[in-house]
Amino acid sequence: MSAFPPDDRPRPASLTDLFVSFTLLALQGFGGVLAVVQRELVEKKRWMTRDEFIEDWSVSQILPGPNVINLALIVGGRYFGLKGALVGLAGMLVVPLVLVLALALVYSQFADHPGVAGALRGMGAVAAGLILSTGIKLIGALKSNVLGWRWCAVLGLSCLLSVAVFRLPLAYVLFGLGSLAFGLTFRKMKP
Amino acid sequence: MSETPQLILGAHEWFQFFLHYLSLSLLQIGGAIATIPDMHRFLVDQNLWLTDAQFNASVAIAQSAPGPNVLFIALMGWNVGMNAGGILTGLLGIVLAMGGMLIPSSVLTYNATQWSHRNRNLRAVRAFKQGMAPIVVALLIATGWILATASGKSLNHWPLWLLAGVSTVICWRTNLHILWLLAAGALLGWFGLV
Repeated sequence: MSAFPPDDRPRPASLTDLFVSFTLLALQGFGGVLAVVQRELVEKKRWMTRDEFIEDWSVSQILPGPNVINLALIVGGRYFGLKGALVGLAGMLVVPLVLVLALALVYSQFADHPGVAGALRGMGAVAAGLILSTGIKLIGALKSNVLGWRWCAVLGLSCLLSVAVFRLPLAYVLFGLGSLAFGLTFRKMKP
Repeated sequence: MSETPQLILGAHEWFQFFLHYLSLSLLQIGGAIATIPDMHRFLVDQNLWLTDAQFNASVAIAQSAPGPNVLFIALMGWNVGMNAGGILTGLLGIVLAMGGMLIPSSVLTYNATQWSHRNRNLRAVRAFKQGMAPIVVALLIATGWILATASGKSLNHWPLWLLAGVSTVICWRTNLHILWLLAAGALLGWFGLV
């Protein structure tokens, strides 16, 4: 592993750039911001590679706290230290918070309108599709995984079944399958 | 929301409120959603600071609005504050709820990732990141699956599933901006087609 991030890579130009980028990310995220983060930061801005995104997201998952908030802390902190982490956090939260409060204030008047409920349902289905497509795209990043495709498939399918079908609590799945995966990978890696 | 409670909250109650969120912060493994049952117990059942309808609306609005889902915590703080007076206490509720929920977890995350970044060549750190990759990718697919089937598994929902499926393929194979798809989804829903 070389120095990270390499110097020739696109990166946020300033704290303002970081704040604006994260605010725009958050505002596009209906039903969850994560898929948008992958699309914008990996595919468009190229601040991080697909592999780095998966790594950072693993860490955001396993540590307590909302995942995208953790991701904002990690990405912001990498470029600008503590200041960057706080600015990333603020970018994710400030403008969306104002928006959500405004929505809450008008919600009670329109909640019963069938059109509004329908529109939310339609947007929810699109958001689900966006998240699914992100998962499908990231499968490609597993090709170079140390575990090899067989173990990746076994672990991935077990996780999918436990969460989507059996609806087990996420903490158990993450720590159970996570420790198994960690042990296997640790053994396969040369010391 | 006809019977919203009229609360009188003193410094002691607000401190308890803050303390409760502080105590939940490090328990939110996999997201703030994991702490919802406990929050419901504390706010609705035990203290009667929020009605069931207010609690559910806080979650639903934050889910359907753009932005991180964790903002439902802010809405709960806002609603408790509004029940206890007005806009000023509402803002106080937001600050205490979000602060309590985010400060401990953020301090931990920031320090843990700075540490793991300095030690990124350690075998254990590399093994953790490589080993977790298939799990988190599968988790993403599971999340999409759960959201796509959120309104029930009845076959009557096939137009909704079709929309989710078509969106998946379009996002996967093209660079079309997500806002166009969301607008299309909203229109189809508004006219009752999905």
